[in-house]
Amino acid sequence: MITDTLRAKRRRSALVAKRRRTALRTLAFMAPWLIGFAVFFAYPLLSTVYFSFTKYDGFRPPVFNGLDNWTYVFTQYPQFWPAMRNTLWLVVVMVACRVVFGLGVGLLITKVKTGTGIFRTLFYLPYLAPPVAATLSFVFLLNPGTGPVNTLLDGAGLPQPGWFTDADWSKPALTMLAVWGVGDLMVIFMAALLDVPKEQYEAAELDGAGAWQRFRHITLPNISPIILFAVVTGVIQAMQYYTQPLVAGKVAAGVIGGSGQQFEPGYPDKSTLTLPQIVYNTGFQRFDYGTACVLALVLFTLCMAFTALLMRRRGGLIGGGHR
Amino acid sequence: MTPAHRRTAVLQWIAVHSLAIAAALFFVLPFVFVFLTSLMTDQQALTRDLVPDTWVWENYAKVWDTPGFLTWWRNTLLYAGLGTVLTVASSIPVAYALAKFRFRGQRVSMLLVIAMMMLPPQVVIIPMYLFWAQQLDLSGTLWPLIIPLAFGDAFSIFLLRQFLLTIPDEYLDAARVDGCGELRALLRVVLPMAKPGIAAVALFSFFSLWNDYFGPQIYASDNPAAWTLSYGLESFKGAHHTNWNLTMAATVLVMAPVIVLFFFAQKAFVEGVTLTGVKG
Repeated sequence: MITDTLRAKRRRSALVAKRRRTALRTLAFMAPWLIGFAVFFAYPLLSTVYFSFTKYDGFRPPVFNGLDNWTYVFTQYPQFWPAMRNTLWLVVVMVACRVVFGLGVGLLITKVKTGTGIFRTLFYLPYLAPPVAATLSFVFLLNPGTGPVNTLLDGAGLPQPGWFTDADWSKPALTMLAVWGVGDLMVIFMAALLDVPKEQYEAAELDGAGAWQRFRHITLPNISPIILFAVVTGVIQAMQYYTQPLVAGKVAAGVIGGSGQQFEPGYPDKSTLTLPQIVYNTGFQRFDYGTACVLALVLFTLCMAFTALLMRRRGGLIGGGHR
Repeated sequence: MTPAHRRTAVLQWIAVHSLAIAAALFFVLPFVFVFLTSLMTDQQALTRDLVPDTWVWENYAKVWDTPGFLTWWRNTLLYAGLGTVLTVASSIPVAYALAKFRFRGQRVSMLLVIAMMMLPPQVVIIPMYLFWAQQLDLSGTLWPLIIPLAFGDAFSIFLLRQFLLTIPDEYLDAARVDGCGELRALLRVVLPMAKPGIAAVALFSFFSLWNDYFGPQIYASDNPAAWTLSYGLESFKGAHHTNWNLTMAATVLVMAPVIVLFFFAQKAFVEGVTLTGVKG
């Protein structure tokens, strides 16, 4: 009897030891991420929350000022609502254009029979162009006076917009740049389209369904999770839009980049302001860290809301990788 | 096939390929115009001409010899190269644990990884900047950008985990039965099978670091000796602000390595993109 309890005890302690070993092992494998998360994310995020309630210029110590920065941002800060309106515009128009165009090109590439590889590569390449280089190229291409695009429009007898120098055309110009780099969506849609079961098309064809009906009733329902994925990731990208609008504004305004020169972003007439840009401008050029932290937290909240939506989609991003 | 069927098939072939050629023009013409302008003289680049009269290949030599350009290359290679190595090395064990272990808090960890992947760097940049610049005095270098990469990168962890899930557990179980520890199982069994996934993650990481503008702007903008190509390129335009020919030549030089690398690693890259969206 004694030996029985002893054995049970020993078994239990062996089990505990094993569990501890497994836990330690997991901890060891997860360590880089855990440290990174704590040091480079959780702690700074809490600091951001703290600074958002202070008056802080980075030199003198932060002074608590309650909700002052928050009310300032929402009621008086001249950059805030233009940036929010631009973001809304980009979320609606730019994301819609990218998704529709990406799906269109994805469909097209599945129908191409000759030279598929060449076409796919050509469609994909702009996605790889470094954002600063791509933006510089587009500011040049859409240069109202001498750019090739307006030269071509002139040749065709069409009106020639001012693009990046005209507040009404700067966001359409950014949209063209974004649509040009649609190669990532093309690849994702192409893979999804090739996964639609062939039998469904054959059955529909036997029933006499036309091309549009087959697209509407078979293709779309089959790829709808991917469309949702493209829309939500597109919205998150639009909220994070930084390099392209900043560089386009700077270059179109003729500002010399690099050290020294201050630049009031949003040229022309705040039409290219976005939230991340005003976080940078408010913090690192106006040295108003408190207000910048409020803006950062608004950005945080918006991104998290859409990420939550993304994670709730059927099958979820973390559902697993079973094909 | 009846003649009528064949006729529709031929018409369809023509319609699809005309559309494809039109789309190809839209995607390729910007590159073509940029390249053509990079070969014009200063004066011609300011006109409406589309094709250079004389092909000035020396523009490229001039850009190459611009003070700072080689330094920016070196910095970019250091940032993108070392950054990629650190990202991959630190993300692999985390992705492995998330894909192949069972532990409490696994789901939450995964949710946090995805949440971080979706967050723009601007959200925490102010405390981060103060930390690196004021406490560690590393402003004006690329180290504040490189060091955090040794602690895993959310996107790389996510992508690798998606890839590791496709490797059947049976291989691992067999290794464990043979008395392999987890580390040995990871190094000897999983990594060789995960090569395509690792290649995709490395490429993505390299491209995103090569393209990064915000990071160098925050930490290196005060010190041109620490600029990267992405950051320097725009100032290049400023330094020669009417010289579209030289600016476009510099643009071509910054785009070229990315495109060359893509041709060598096309398959891994496309596979990676697909992995982010489809196999969720």
